Amino acid sequence: MIAAIIALTALATVFGLVLGFAAVRFKVEGDPLVDQIDKILPQTQCGQCNYPGCRPYAEAIAGGDADINQCPPGGEDGVIKLAELLGREPKPLNPDNGVAKPLPTVAFIREDECIGCTLCIQACPVDAILGARQQMHTVIAEECTGCDLCVPPCPVDCIDMLPVADEVSTWRWPAPEQGQAA
Amino acid sequence: MNEYLLILVGTVLVNNFVLVQFLGLCPFMGVSNKLSASIGMAGATTFVLTLSAISAYLVETYLLAPLGLTYLRTISFILVIAAVVQFTEMVVRKSSPLLYEVLGIYLPLITTNCAVLGVALLNVRQANGFIESALYGFGAAAGFSIVMILFSSMRERLAVADVPESFKGAPIGLITAGIMSLAFMGFTGLI
Repeated sequence: MIAAIIALTALATVFGLVLGFAAVRFKVEGDPLVDQIDKILPQTQCGQCNYPGCRPYAEAIAGGDADINQCPPGGEDGVIKLAELLGREPKPLNPDNGVAKPLPTVAFIREDECIGCTLCIQACPVDAILGARQQMHTVIAEECTGCDLCVPPCPVDCIDMLPVADEVSTWRWPAPEQGQAA
Repeated sequence: MNEYLLILVGTVLVNNFVLVQFLGLCPFMGVSNKLSASIGMAGATTFVLTLSAISAYLVETYLLAPLGLTYLRTISFILVIAAVVQFTEMVVRKSSPLLYEVLGIYLPLITTNCAVLGVALLNVRQANGFIESALYGFGAAAGFSIVMILFSSMRERLAVADVPESFKGAPIGLITAGIMSLAFMGFTGLI
């Protein structure tokens, strides 16, 4: 009886030690905080935060190199969510990075004016523009994140940023007005 | 040498653990929807089965038998298997995060794969030596892998086949498994 208890305990201890060693040896590097921040960011990949995309910005926030108010597409809501996650005070958006848009927008190319220069295709961070040299381009509306990056390169200014029209699938109940809840 | 070959052929084809002895059916049905996932599962199970067969043999020979505690066999083997599966999970997570995502819940569930405990217990019953035990475990795993990969390739085709409405999904899978099992019965006279 005693021998049985001792044997099983010894066996479990040995396995515990092996697993403990393996846990240290095969430790997965990876910062769950970066993933959480990246999830809050709007994934427009617009670069207005001065980082190449949302993921690098998330890494910069987690590393303490960037502030939480550099993301205009995320708007004030995004800043508040980031502040909640990180336990900091929310602060207004940094005007150096741009201003938040009141409505989500989507790029639209006026196709009879397009000269097929492909400059906007190179600018698009999410490959939402379709076209070839000397061919008319068009925007895949579902893929467009509304980041405005394609507007400045266009030599003939044929790209408009249109507000996303309310449809049954996109309409949301408007947020309550500020101050009323308090 | 010849007997080792016989053990391998015996476990892979003649006494295939899944289709002839009907052990380890849950991952066989559960993870066989996609070929890539089942290849990963086959790899992980091979690793676990071989390693746990070896460790179970060591525990039986050097701990349980000398102390006369063979009645603790089942519980200690379960302990061995749980530890080996945990270890495998850590290794897979480190070496292939994608495979870790694909396997998901099925990776820890190898613990409850009855083929793993079955191999360990059958090793003791057949009084296999060290190398025989390892080969028996590896052969069982190879048989499991072959069947798993064959079956998932078939299921990938079944998914787009024109199956009668009431047989779609799991029912046609079970029928296919049954027919495969009949086919493996044909290996009976091989040894």
